[in-house]
Amino acid sequence: MKQIGVLALQGAFAEHIQVVEQLGHRALELRQRRDLNNSLDGIIIPGGESTVIGKLLKELDMLDYLRHIIRDGLPVMGTCAGMILLAKEISYDSSRYLSLMDIRVRRNAYGRQLGSFSVDSIFRGIGKITMTFIRAPYIEEVNEGAGVEILATVNDKIVAARQKNMLATAFHPELNCLDVHKYFLNI
Amino acid sequence: MENRYELNKNLAQMLKGGVIMDVSSPEQARVAEAAGACAVMALERIPADIRASGGVARMSDPRLIKEIQRAVSIPVMAKVRIGHFAEAQILQAIEIDFIDESEVLSPADDLHHIDKRKFKVPFVCGAKDLGEALRRINEGAAMIRTKGEPGTGDIVQAVRHLRLIMKQIRQLQSMREDELYNAAKEFQVPYELVSYVHKNGKLPVVNFAAGGVATPADAALLMQLGAEGVFVGSGIFKSGNPFKRAQAIVKAVTNFNDPSILAEVSEDLGEAMVGINEQEIELLMSMRGV
Repeated sequence: MKQIGVLALQGAFAEHIQVVEQLGHRALELRQRRDLNNSLDGIIIPGGESTVIGKLLKELDMLDYLRHIIRDGLPVMGTCAGMILLAKEISYDSSRYLSLMDIRVRRNAYGRQLGSFSVDSIFRGIGKITMTFIRAPYIEEVNEGAGVEILATVNDKIVAARQKNMLATAFHPELNCLDVHKYFLNI
Repeated sequence: MENRYELNKNLAQMLKGGVIMDVSSPEQARVAEAAGACAVMALERIPADIRASGGVARMSDPRLIKEIQRAVSIPVMAKVRIGHFAEAQILQAIEIDFIDESEVLSPADDLHHIDKRKFKVPFVCGAKDLGEALRRINEGAAMIRTKGEPGTGDIVQAVRHLRLIMKQIRQLQSMREDELYNAAKEFQVPYELVSYVHKNGKLPVVNFAAGGVATPADAALLMQLGAEGVFVGSGIFKSGNPFKRAQAIVKAVTNFNDPSILAEVSEDLGEAMVGINEQEIELLMSMRGV
């Protein structure tokens, strides 16, 4: 049984906790700096508003330490806002947060809520799954030279990628699927 | 359409653990976003001013809403009058992220709420008790908030509404299955909704608290009582230092269970909004639209 920390500053963290527990593992809410001292086998950064989660990470003094443990190899999965926080580049936006993955993402890439959608598509290594995009970003560019592997594309846009211990999805597997979490827990 | 409703409930899920702030200009919207709002509610006059100036309160000028949409990257919500589906059609046409069918504005229909299932954009509606919440969900609301008493800076009504909703949920949970039919009759909602609450111990949509939040402690109180996030209306931009207070309320919602963080963020916030006590209110907005 693994112990997975789920960043619980804002957003859909309860849904991730439910999936982790459903798969027989333990989930721990991470709300402040001292929560990061627990022994963790992985970290999930949920969807929500990246501006809010990013700001709270800085102000609660969690950002640097979180970056440090991920850089040291702790497996991390970022969904939607979580993917934005992991990215090294954010188009049309000067904010940078964890800045660890060699990807360039675009926020609100599908527009406002009317642009939100759900689609069945292929995730490399898993097969066809339901992908739900809520005011979602996508990945405009990955640096394959730095070891970023593209795991899913929808309408020619990259929506999932992995770089070593880091997994990022533009969609929300925590809403309707267990397979991506299973994949993550095997990293 | 069913898929659209799921997507709309999903957006509300992404707002959880966050603070949605009333703003009446693009400048205020930028302040709210910088302070950590997870969404803003665009309106010409905040509830305290609506209360003070009286008269008929309507949907805001779409131009103002569009300016606010351009000013921030977070979701933008706006209010329509209860039952005023034409106002809602207008907001959908300008691609609003969420419509609040709100008792803060003057009701347009004293019998019918908007048939929210006819819309592609999500709606949030106010409720004082579980029956109201489930009736709004049955009409298609993708998110519920307590009504509280807007524009007063007094938390008592929001606490009353939230406690009642949570208590009624616990009561439904503990009922025998054969008692659910009568519960559905009393709440005036379909059996399926009552059965969902019985099985899951929560509403089928996200539930925020709203109405009268003025301090980080108010926000923490509501979160501890079971709210999944908080709306702050007049409490921020009617206070002495809006940016600082807004930031403090955001942190209080994240760490609502940690009194030492709450103490830290409550310090030196300047003047809170003056507020009106329950006994002094002439107009009870929460009685609108049940």
